[in-house]
Amino acid sequence: MKKDSNADMSVEAIRMKGIVKRFGNFTANDHINLCVHKGEVHAILGENGAGKSTLMNVLYGIYQPNEGSIEIDGKPVKINGPEEAIKLGIGMVHQHFMLIQPFTVTENIILGAEPKKGIVVDKVGARKKIVELSDKYGLKVDPDAKIEDISVGMQQRVEILKVLYRGARHLILDEPTSSLTPQEITELMEIIKNLTKDGKSVILITHKLKEITEAADFCTIIRQGKMVDTVEVDKVDENKLAEMMVGRDVQFKVDKKEQEPGEVVLDVEDLKAKDYRGVEILNGLNLKVHKGEIVGLAGVDGNGQSELVEILTGLMKAESGKITIEGKDIFNKKPKEIFEDGVSSIPEDRQKHGLVMDFTVEENMILQNYAKPEFSKHGILNRDAIAKFTDKLIDKFDIRPKGCGKRLARQLSGGNQQKVIIAREVTNDKDLLIAMNPTRGLDVGAIEFVHKYLVEQRNKGRAVLLVSFELDEIMSLSDRIDVIFDGRINGTVKGSEANEKELGIMMAGGKVDEN
Amino acid sequence: MKTKVSIWDGNFIYVILSIIVGFLVGAILLVSAGIDPGLTYSTLFQGIFSRPKYIVYAFVYAAPYIMTGLSVAFSFKTGVFNIGAEGQFVVGSLAAVLVGIFGNFPPVIHPLICFVAAAAAGAAWGAVVGLMKIKRGINEVLSYIMFNWIAYYLSNYVVMHKGVKAQSIETTKNVKDSARTIIKGLIPVTGCTEVNAGFFIATICAILLWFVIKKTTFGYQLRAVGLSKTASEYGGISSSRIFMTSMAISGMLAGIGGAIQTLGMSGRIPQFSGQESFGFDGITVALIGGTDPIGCIFAGLFYGAMKYGGNKLTLVNAPKEIVNIIMGTIIFFIAISLLFKRIIKGVQQKKLDKAKELAEAKEA
Repeated sequence: MKKDSNADMSVEAIRMKGIVKRFGNFTANDHINLCVHKGEVHAILGENGAGKSTLMNVLYGIYQPNEGSIEIDGKPVKINGPEEAIKLGIGMVHQHFMLIQPFTVTENIILGAEPKKGIVVDKVGARKKIVELSDKYGLKVDPDAKIEDISVGMQQRVEILKVLYRGARHLILDEPTSSLTPQEITELMEIIKNLTKDGKSVILITHKLKEITEAADFCTIIRQGKMVDTVEVDKVDENKLAEMMVGRDVQFKVDKKEQEPGEVVLDVEDLKAKDYRGVEILNGLNLKVHKGEIVGLAGVDGNGQSELVEILTGLMKAESGKITIEGKDIFNKKPKEIFEDGVSSIPEDRQKHGLVMDFTVEENMILQNYAKPEFSKHGILNRDAIAKFTDKLIDKFDIRPKGCGKRLARQLSGGNQQKVIIAREVTNDKDLLIAMNPTRGLDVGAIEFVHKYLVEQRNKGRAVLLVSFELDEIMSLSDRIDVIFDGRINGTVKGSEANEKELGIMMAGGKVDEN
Repeated sequence: MKTKVSIWDGNFIYVILSIIVGFLVGAILLVSAGIDPGLTYSTLFQGIFSRPKYIVYAFVYAAPYIMTGLSVAFSFKTGVFNIGAEGQFVVGSLAAVLVGIFGNFPPVIHPLICFVAAAAAGAAWGAVVGLMKIKRGINEVLSYIMFNWIAYYLSNYVVMHKGVKAQSIETTKNVKDSARTIIKGLIPVTGCTEVNAGFFIATICAILLWFVIKKTTFGYQLRAVGLSKTASEYGGISSSRIFMTSMAISGMLAGIGGAIQTLGMSGRIPQFSGQESFGFDGITVALIGGTDPIGCIFAGLFYGAMKYGGNKLTLVNAPKEIVNIIMGTIIFFIAISLLFKRIIKGVQQKKLDKAKELAEAKEA
């Protein structure tokens, strides 16, 4: 047991016994046991589709289990819906915040549980209670600020306050760190400590092994709907956890040889752009990517990364500046022309941009290339050639299930959807590959796969621009890291010399002394 | 992983169920109005099937509905709702009739040119709406509906125009005999004086359309834009170009429908007192046909037959509007067939669960 653990092993807070949840023929949870004590941080680890969310939805009353029982605070219960779960003291903080943007923090927190004074909402009383809660647990928020004006980190604290306000004693945090800066993550860990000190139990769903070893007392690992084990976090290391999760040894360190970058491929000079509201989003950005190098663009979401990538791929128009690929001007050209000029990309939103979800895998594989002579003649598609091409890629990139060419992209898991995109874009073999958050929402095994192919492109002498909100990913892959803040590059470091603290400061707009 | 494909997974069964329910609802209404549904329906079906001539008429009636059905179904593929087939049908009719009256060409060539004119007019009518959509972001549903009325009044204006209007009746002159699509050789065989090439043209159009959608790169782009505009643009497909083309083609199909109707049946256009509704009925046909071109042939036949058979209901003092009620009910139930699907799936699941429970109980 960790020294600073607040877990009281004599008091059971949540016990789930032999939970089975089936959807048709598919068993999402197969006899899963979970026991969380008072004041304990319990991590749940598993690949995408392993059944973590299903289990939590069972606990939160969204699904009814086919078998098994649940005890809360030692009493057997049947949870028929979220309202009942809330009454039992269970609170869930979703990965995607559910806040109303133009409402204030206070208004959002009391929404649905408004305290009344006669017939009017008692906002003053509510505000007082919120301030008390926020002081007690170190959840710094401005109760009068509008959600649209506050940072992502503060929005998350609002979400946590929301469940505490409803009297939650057992908190479920679903992927809570996915959009936070390193500093904000540290603060969150502090908050979790304060919560457990007060006897609250916390279930932490996460992909990030580091957070588990840092914050959790116990960890339950789920693989393909089955429970692998519950381990005391103190007694295992990250490698062991990863191995239990995917069922095999996982390579963390990306195998990357030192390599001198070649000549410039992508050259962006003094790029300026406005977003759809007419607000300056890029303010004179300069960026160079050379042959045989991965440039990581680090930054907090909303500092112009998405817009930069959209401009580079032709989906959005810039105001002014210069963009060239191997000397060819691609400034404000159409997506098709930019593609022909040598840019392929792994888009941020794979379901919105990367794939036509209701197309088959085969049809998705030729999204940019349907008119190429290999795939069509005189405007008529050559289905056989497309099928053959797809089968080859399915094999080469291990897209599962095997032989899924005729399946709709929608029917694949998230990781395999991403593999379809990677297979297509890597096979395009363009001079520049842009990858935006290429591993978002993927499990360790799939992340390893994506990283391998990005490095392979670099080793082949292609230029790779990696835009990611995951600092670990940026640090382990990049040869050079540019930090974007407020629409321009706020600092550059060599990949091998980067550390989280420095990057964090630059991501927040600060400067780091050169000496 | 192999999954059993049950008939409850597809859409066909729900269309059939909806049709049955449509007839049941019609029967209930007939009973409550004091009319014998058995007699009504037998008259309806006898009016369609009892003589070869009737069957041929059903095919003749079906042709324009197949075309407007194709027009709407095609627009659905790109994610556009062509509620403007009505107007495109009208301008198509008008163009065909004008060329039919004033053109001077030998037979076979003459109707061909009429068809080209009708296709062009329908395509233009659809393309203008497309242009407004992509250039100015005007919602196509609104402009389609307005263009329906513009076509309606344009047609009435032209019909009453000097030189076009026939003497003493409120219609255009008849088109020249050389422009008609009636197949004279088949009249004695079938006993149908209006037997024409329309159904064949519509079938060819449907097959062509199926081919274009399924097999060509153009069809690929159409479906890509229809299913995901964002992913298509990312892939370098210009969605505005695709919208323009597909809206024009959709209009063209409705326009051809207009030519089929006027050159095959009436040979002229009357002054309208209300919208004829060929285009709106195309929405029904497209939905019954599952927005599939081949499905539209059968749905169009069904619709045409019902319209034709419905004409004979006055013989038994049943209102012919009952056909419209049946069609409306069918569409209503097709639209909520998802609900059907869920209920049936739920029942199946319950049965499975129960069987399992029983098995487990036995074991214990």
